[in-house]
Amino acid sequence: MQAQPTLDDLAAAIPDGALVAYPPDYSFVPMGLTRALIRRQARGLRLLAVPIGGMGIDMLIGSGCVAELEAAAVSLGEAGPAPQFTKAVLNGAIVMRDSTCPAIHSALQASEKGVPFMPLSGLIGSDILANRPEWTVIDDPLRAGNGRIVLLPAIHPDVAIFHSPFADSEGNVWIGRRRELATMAHAAKRTLVTVEEIRPGNLLADESTAGGTLPALYVEQIGVAPNGAWPIGLPGYKIPNTKHIVAYALQAKSKDGFQDYMSKHVLGEEQLMEIISS
Amino acid sequence: MTYSSEEFLICTIARLISGVGHIAVGAASPIPGSAALLQRELSGGNTRVSLIHGQANNPFSDGGRELFDCAGQGRIDVFFLGGGQIDGEANINLVGVGSYPNLKVRFPGSFGSAYMYFVVPKVILFREEHTRRVLVPKVDFISAPGTSPDDVYRPGGPQALVTNLALMSFDRQRRLFRLESVHPGHTVEEICDNTGFEFDIPENVPVTPLPDADCLSRLRSVICQEIAKTYPTFAERVFGFGSLP
Repeated sequence: MQAQPTLDDLAAAIPDGALVAYPPDYSFVPMGLTRALIRRQARGLRLLAVPIGGMGIDMLIGSGCVAELEAAAVSLGEAGPAPQFTKAVLNGAIVMRDSTCPAIHSALQASEKGVPFMPLSGLIGSDILANRPEWTVIDDPLRAGNGRIVLLPAIHPDVAIFHSPFADSEGNVWIGRRRELATMAHAAKRTLVTVEEIRPGNLLADESTAGGTLPALYVEQIGVAPNGAWPIGLPGYKIPNTKHIVAYALQAKSKDGFQDYMSKHVLGEEQLMEIISS
Repeated sequence: MTYSSEEFLICTIARLISGVGHIAVGAASPIPGSAALLQRELSGGNTRVSLIHGQANNPFSDGGRELFDCAGQGRIDVFFLGGGQIDGEANINLVGVGSYPNLKVRFPGSFGSAYMYFVVPKVILFREEHTRRVLVPKVDFISAPGTSPDDVYRPGGPQALVTNLALMSFDRQRRLFRLESVHPGHTVEEICDNTGFEFDIPENVPVTPLPDADCLSRLRSVICQEIAKTYPTFAERVFGFGSLP
């Protein structure tokens, strides 16, 4: 592994047009890296929400970074609808590929296993399926009693990104029970991670931590970014700043409000740290 | 005993899900979540409840996929779904209003509905708003169909629809809702006026039972504390829990 990259280094390592796997707000969201992507004016990103998008994806869309989005849903949770996502879909500013949670998980599992597709029950009769020409319906070839079944092509993200509480000095990353992060990293060609801190030692050397660890073999770069999920929480480690998220949900409804929010919060991380700590 | 509309809905839903083994509840569902926890309490702990929102009462340790894998195996008996639109054949729309992809109104998206509706035996449709805007003749986008042809694997599907006006059951053979009861203070006429699809109306439609004192007392003593771990704002608003000194 190289010397520790900054958030801006990591953002620069995600090329325009990349297919980027992005975690949901109940997982470990890379908000600091998201702000860095917006600062570098990333363009044409194809985002894959795994499987639901939240505030980070809404900010990327509103900032013009996104060409296409595949997601089972995008929302700010209890703060309400994701305003910039909603606007962009209604304006046709992004291409939206509507999916459903287990279809995204399964398509990534196909990549994990190195097989070209994965079958999944359900879906038949849904307009989600009707609008996904690449999803194929076949008769159960093994006659195992499943009737018709849908085959989902494997999804190979170019890059997976997330923010974790910590990594060890060997480059192994703690993900705990957030196993969708392992699925993303296994399926993606490259994985870039930010962490609150690097801890000495080796997480894989201890049986009590090994099972919650993403091994370094899947991880290309790790950057240190304290409060790197803010204002989203890190489940088990940091609570979300709900008031801030609710304020964003209101502000981002208008173009001026969104621009105002972004100009205040997508500055250099040092300036942002002052806002977070105040 | 007086009660809030939320307490009424929680008790109404809890009655629908008695005697089952495992109830799972999706994100942003405080009323179904409270109903599931109340049912667990009433069952003496025999019913398992899994809330995927947050950490509390969330048993899953294998990431976002696990709820769906679990449901696909038949390990989940009850799940809750809603819809921006729901039609008379129990098709649900969580995507938007208008001609997809050129929508006039966009909702968040289908979440796991296109799978869970197929594999969970008892799906309770829950939507507080009971209007012709929501309960439409035909949904604009089918996130998940209410029924499926015989050659599609479908152990699951809709069992009932609960709104702030009424309780309906769903007959999968006839693909038709049936009005089971009308909530106190409302009339069959009002239900007809506010429902955009055809449904069965029996000759005698009872009033939905009021919450009994036992359920209300359990809600206010035990469940309020339990649901506060997942939905603190809801617990404070509905039960005043957390606001006490």
